[in-house]
Amino acid sequence: MSTATAAHDDHHDHGAPAGLMRWVYTTNHKDIGTLYLWFSFVMFMIGGSFAMVIRAELFMPGMQVVDPQFFNSMTTMHGLLMVFGAIMPAMVGLANWQIPLMIGAPDMALPRMNNWSFWILPFAGTMLLSTMFMEGGGPAFGWTFYAPLSTTFAPDSTDFFIFAIHMLGFSSIMGSINVIATVLNMRAPGMTLMKMPLFVWTWLITAFLLIAVMPVLAGAVTMMLTDRNFGTSFFSAAGGGDPVMFQHVFWFFGHPEVYIMILPAFGVVSQIIPTFARKPLFGYASMVYATASIAFLSFIVWAHHMFTVGMPVAGELYFMYATVMIAVPTAVKVFNWAATMWRGSMTFEPPMLWALAFVFLFTLGGFTGLMMGVAPSDMQYHDTYFIVAHFHYVLVTGALFGIIAAVYYWLPKWTGYYPDDRLSKLHFWWSAISVNVLFFPQHFLGLAGMPRRIPDYSLQFADWNMVSSIGGFAFGLGQVFFFFIIVKTIRGGEKATDECWEDAQGLEWTIASPAPYHTFVTPPEIK
Amino acid sequence: MLASKSWRAGHTNAHWPLDSQTRIFALQLLNIGEITPVTRIKNLLGTLFGAVFAIASGDAAAYVFNMPKGVTDISRQVYGLHMMIFWISVVACIAVFAVMIYSIFMHRKDKGAVASTFHESTTVEVIWTTLPMLVLIAVAVPATATLLALEDTRNADLNIQVTGFQWKWRYTYLDEGIEFFSTLDAEHNKIRQVRSGLDPASVEHYLMEVDNPIVVPINQKIRFLITSNDVIHNWWVPALGWKQDAVPGFINDGWTELSEPGTYRGKCAELCGKDHGFMPIVLIAKTEADYATWVDEQKASAAAEANSADRVWDMADLMSKGEQVYNTSCAGCHQVSGAGLPGVFPAIAGSAFAMGDPSAHIDVVFNGATGTAMQAFGAQLSDVDLAAVITYERNAFGNDAGDMVQPATIKALR
Repeated sequence: MSTATAAHDDHHDHGAPAGLMRWVYTTNHKDIGTLYLWFSFVMFMIGGSFAMVIRAELFMPGMQVVDPQFFNSMTTMHGLLMVFGAIMPAMVGLANWQIPLMIGAPDMALPRMNNWSFWILPFAGTMLLSTMFMEGGGPAFGWTFYAPLSTTFAPDSTDFFIFAIHMLGFSSIMGSINVIATVLNMRAPGMTLMKMPLFVWTWLITAFLLIAVMPVLAGAVTMMLTDRNFGTSFFSAAGGGDPVMFQHVFWFFGHPEVYIMILPAFGVVSQIIPTFARKPLFGYASMVYATASIAFLSFIVWAHHMFTVGMPVAGELYFMYATVMIAVPTAVKVFNWAATMWRGSMTFEPPMLWALAFVFLFTLGGFTGLMMGVAPSDMQYHDTYFIVAHFHYVLVTGALFGIIAAVYYWLPKWTGYYPDDRLSKLHFWWSAISVNVLFFPQHFLGLAGMPRRIPDYSLQFADWNMVSSIGGFAFGLGQVFFFFIIVKTIRGGEKATDECWEDAQGLEWTIASPAPYHTFVTPPEIK
Repeated sequence: MLASKSWRAGHTNAHWPLDSQTRIFALQLLNIGEITPVTRIKNLLGTLFGAVFAIASGDAAAYVFNMPKGVTDISRQVYGLHMMIFWISVVACIAVFAVMIYSIFMHRKDKGAVASTFHESTTVEVIWTTLPMLVLIAVAVPATATLLALEDTRNADLNIQVTGFQWKWRYTYLDEGIEFFSTLDAEHNKIRQVRSGLDPASVEHYLMEVDNPIVVPINQKIRFLITSNDVIHNWWVPALGWKQDAVPGFINDGWTELSEPGTYRGKCAELCGKDHGFMPIVLIAKTEADYATWVDEQKASAAAEANSADRVWDMADLMSKGEQVYNTSCAGCHQVSGAGLPGVFPAIAGSAFAMGDPSAHIDVVFNGATGTAMQAFGAQLSDVDLAAVITYERNAFGNDAGDMVQPATIKALR
């Protein structure tokens, strides 16, 4: 009897099961977090290789590499893979690993659903990529898939694209339900909402955004599906519909979507800067309120993506005013990060370097966003390389740098080893310089009149495109290097302490490094 | 002024700052050439240093940095707003970055900095929330005025309908009864084919030249009624200061008033399918007298075109005319070779349909095919053009229908 009881007590302490099926059957938040992160890295590499094709074609004037239809398919698939395959799953991966560790929960609230929401992704991703091998090629209508280019005028493979989007949406909605259920129900005793780490706060708000808008996207693609196959005319004026309605529906999803990609990165940076400044985050409460305000505003500004679509002037004025208001809570966040650094005692380990680059470069992207919020100027900026530069500053040096910062920050906790310091710093400086060589000249190109999504261009755009391509190849190479750093860290290196970073605050630093398979089986007490 | 001048003067070879030797190397860079990788890298570095040197030596005119000021009152207002919000952003950026950079250099552990513990200050937070709000209100006032002026299309002197097609523009002068298509210049079209081996620098205004430019008079308020025949396009001439979507089934409008004769170039700005990058816009502003002459010429040539439909054409004439029309209006989708793109655009070469019943063939070209990208060319092409191009499709690319379609047959359909 006593041995049986002991065996039962041991139940919660066993390690990970062995073999491949561990990953298929797993309901462990750490395993699922790892799966999400590797999946997103694979998609990041594939999406990145598509970007290399784009930059190779744009290296100089004339058509040297691919035909225009394939080029359009590259820009489309690059956007779709990066948004739905790389950035979003990476954020969910971070949430899976870190939210239970940061709130003192033993796992996510709904572990079986967690397994399913991950395992949908590889199938959705494969289906999306398979369109590239179908007759007529893959989707070639931009990641925003405006009707009627994506309905009447699209190749047959578009129906597979629609199904893939539906599956990605299921996955996101289930992931969000899980985050909300976990954060609201499974916090350790004493951890009130306003004591939660900011990463948990930003993810909680992100999860609400996802639940609100993914069904809208599903609605948009379902209307596309019936327009394409069942004779409806939602987006066709010839049948009494409206192609512009597609854009309203899409951007009602699409604008919150961009905050879905950036808010968790805000959270990451709000964890990292206090750690390495050795000073509490400045204005914690205002950070929470600013995040919530940004989330709210994200629902009422969508048509600033559509200033040239032919809206009534009253609509344009409203969307201009609402849009520039977003600058206020965003500015509050940047000021708070700066004030956190002020009179701190800073050190510059790799996570801090990436977080600082995030603050500088995201701010640049934020300002170009403000410029585009001014409707009359946007009449010139719209659909040029200026906006390509803008959203790559907020998504690459914003969201992606946030993810990389998070990986460097938590990798010692996940693997038990510090990433090689010299190599990590080389990765940082290589990326930080090349990403600016890549995207900064695109501001000039856009202002001077180069439209986006064109495979060939006039000669006055030649020089900056060549510079941008060189930066692109260098940045791409840097991320292959990132892969080797991660693999090297997993295989060994300097042993991480439990605290990992000097005087780091938060529950995740109270457990062993690497984190045991099961943690916080007994909830910690929060004072 | 400088910006607008360089925009108008366009992008002559002088604006391509590589010397011709470097350019040839650059063109070979992605192909297998005789040059060694070392030479390639040397040339690349030369280009980069050339760019840095040109900027440093004040020869920046060759490099594009900023938005053109444009040539209209609206475009100058837009430019002014752009520069205002740009400088506000620069000042705000410098302020925030200065604090951060100071902090990064002074408040570091290796300099012995000890962290203080403050973590909130209501006063500071109220100030830095209110301040941006006031700045934004200050920006919104002139922006509102410009937007209202930009959207005020009332009291136009001349109305021109602009219709986007995959991948060309149609200009319809509603007051003059003139209508024509504007497509990418044929020479440019040859150069831009994949691996054509032709040098883009061998022509002026690469990809910014058309066969029939839109011509407008100066000193008149011109209202553009912008729509589309198929997918969404966007009509954009940067020198006018705005762009406007062309949406199928809806009509948007925009306006301009030019004060000086000149040539202004632009491009389609909304992804519209395969050849989105190859439907430029060339707008020529003429004095009112020159414009009147141009209108008369257009009307005369339209009349001559209509007359030629009444005579009987022989095979050779139809085929040579047909090839010309095919390459402008059909090759974009069905390809110059007639092979199409499998799964997207059907082949004409070897197609049983194209060699079968002529009246079915005429019907598809004339009325289009519902639910596909095939447009109704009856409204786009003249009787002669249609007869010629259908004849060409039936007898070119190895097709051997052997019959002819006469302009009179097409005329009877109208």
